[in-house]
Amino acid sequence: MRILRSSRTALRALSRNKTRAVLTTLGIVIGIAAVIAMMEIGQGASLAIQKSISSMGSNNLLIFPGSTTFGGAHSGAGSGMTLTAEDCEAILNECPDVREAAPTVRTNAQVVFGGRNWVPGSIYGSSQAYLNVRDWQDLEEGEAFTDRDIRNAGKVCLVGQTIKRELFGGESPVGHEIRINNISFRVVGVLSAKGANLMGMDQDDVILAPWTTIKYRVSNRRSSTSSVSSSSTSSGSSEQVNTLSNLYPSQQVSLYPKASAAQQANTPMPVRFANVDQIIVSASSAASIPRAIDQITALLRERHHLRPGEEDDFTVRDMTELTKTLTSTSTLMTRLLLIVALISLIVGGVGIMNIMLVSVTERTREIGLRMAVGAKGRDILVQFLLEAVILCLAGGIMGILLGRGISTLISSILRWPTEISVPAIVLSVVVAGTVGIVFGFYPAWRASRLDPIEALRYE
Amino acid sequence: MDIISLKDIHKVYHLGEIDVPVLKGITMTIAKGEMVSLMGASGSGKSTLMNILGCLDHPSSGQYFLEDLDVTKLSAEEHAEIRNSKIGFIFQNFNLLPRTSALENVMMPMEYHHGGLPASECRQRAEALLERVGLKDRMHHHPSQLSGGQQQRVAIARALVNRPSILFADEPTGNLDSHTSRETLEMFQELNVHDGITIMIVTHDAEVAHYARHIIHVRDGLIVDGVYRSEDSPGVSP
Repeated sequence: MRILRSSRTALRALSRNKTRAVLTTLGIVIGIAAVIAMMEIGQGASLAIQKSISSMGSNNLLIFPGSTTFGGAHSGAGSGMTLTAEDCEAILNECPDVREAAPTVRTNAQVVFGGRNWVPGSIYGSSQAYLNVRDWQDLEEGEAFTDRDIRNAGKVCLVGQTIKRELFGGESPVGHEIRINNISFRVVGVLSAKGANLMGMDQDDVILAPWTTIKYRVSNRRSSTSSVSSSSTSSGSSEQVNTLSNLYPSQQVSLYPKASAAQQANTPMPVRFANVDQIIVSASSAASIPRAIDQITALLRERHHLRPGEEDDFTVRDMTELTKTLTSTSTLMTRLLLIVALISLIVGGVGIMNIMLVSVTERTREIGLRMAVGAKGRDILVQFLLEAVILCLAGGIMGILLGRGISTLISSILRWPTEISVPAIVLSVVVAGTVGIVFGFYPAWRASRLDPIEALRYE
Repeated sequence: MDIISLKDIHKVYHLGEIDVPVLKGITMTIAKGEMVSLMGASGSGKSTLMNILGCLDHPSSGQYFLEDLDVTKLSAEEHAEIRNSKIGFIFQNFNLLPRTSALENVMMPMEYHHGGLPASECRQRAEALLERVGLKDRMHHHPSQLSGGQQQRVAIARALVNRPSILFADEPTGNLDSHTSRETLEMFQELNVHDGITIMIVTHDAEVAHYARHIIHVRDGLIVDGVYRSEDSPGVSP
């Protein structure tokens, strides 16, 4: 009740000098508007980043083979040939936190259609699971290749939007034959547009074919090495490799004379020949990524017969780390801007303190009179404090409206994504009230300490 | 019954190293329902005396009983409550809040009423008092739109709104012409006679002082004499 009455008194006192009240609160209005606008733009930016990350596929893990060392020279990560398509299948079957897994091989080659040619950014060989992992199931037209194409190393492919534009001039490529490294592929479908990825690379500049086809028909170097394995029967795992490569024995061109049993024994081949360049895995949820990594690591160590203490011959890379990095960068920027906005709020608070001090001096007689008719020091303190708080809260509300206006304007003119931020609004109101109390206290305290006799005599 | 009783009141101001004695032992009583004038030249200590009587200031020594309550022993907060409930002030320069209507000016002291009054009663009281001082049709005017006499009448209404038992008027006619001065003083007489409110007028003007029956002269911090004028001619200028 007392507070209510004091607020009414404070409001009446403020309304006696409206222009001054508005000008005083302007600092707070601008500060709060800046806070709101910053928060909304920052949140919009974070959301945009999250969207572009999810376009890469969600909860992705990449498994690369480890590095090889030959004569003391490291060849770098991914140079080993330790990952196989069977590893991929095992991961999918035996790791409960893995939703999808697709083996991937990559190559670079010139693609020719009619009189045009183009070198795509990437030619991927994979399975149709790749589309699921990358959230790319919706094709623009046609349909994906099938398991049978993979088993047969079928010469079919999917092309991205950029390929469609460059080779076909935007016309439908479905049903046409393109030549990759002089091997003819039938285009069975067109991938939907995905745009640039976070690194700015064009994700539509891609051709996707069965991994067996890319591996054994296009990527010559590797198929020649695997040809050696056709005769190798030294270990169980290479037998598995052999059974796969036996699916298409006609492709194995023997460039070298067959090694004798003694030669084979002298030169054991530690590499697996049906290797894939990487395995791309999708975890069942973001929370299960660490578990999925552990499961995959354990499984692959077992499959690769690694003893405890021996280094992994593969690397699991968590793509969400990139997400985290990017999100944290944008959060950092938002926070920095927020700090600038908060500083402007403090400046606004100092402005309020300044004007309140002037007001206390100017209204010394009024304070004296109020004390003479029975106001206690506390009543005066509360009244002036409330004046400052009301100014700040009113400024805060105006600032919220102004900030919303600014962010709406920015999103409509500059097409920046913005997102309304409820925590920012709550924060603003709290901060505005706090600024009022903190900066209003000193003037109010000064007012409450006035001597009524002196104050009444003040001219 | 005495409303005010002073016993050997001293007041010393400390100006740096020098002590300036302003009141040098004042003993006096004022009966309930009296109308008193406190006279003295400037510097005589009459303002200091009025501040002590109005509970705005503490004496350096001595005892002050207001309605049998020893006020000198009370804290600043309790002083504020006494000022609010028992004392009304009228000032030379009116001291109305600028840009605030007469009605709100009159209602202002009730904001600090310690019991807290309902808004409707505050308004009723203020309106009744403004009507009584003849400003019913000017309730919503701001002080700048009122003449000096009207402003002083608003101030009187404000002083009365908490129903005090004693009214202190510090040079109430200092800023008024002789006609409105007379009106104001006659209003004091009427309040004194009809409502039984004790009134103390502080002035250096003998003419004003003579509206009261009891005149106290202060000189150099001491009461020189207390004169009771004959009862038959109240309010008539000599």
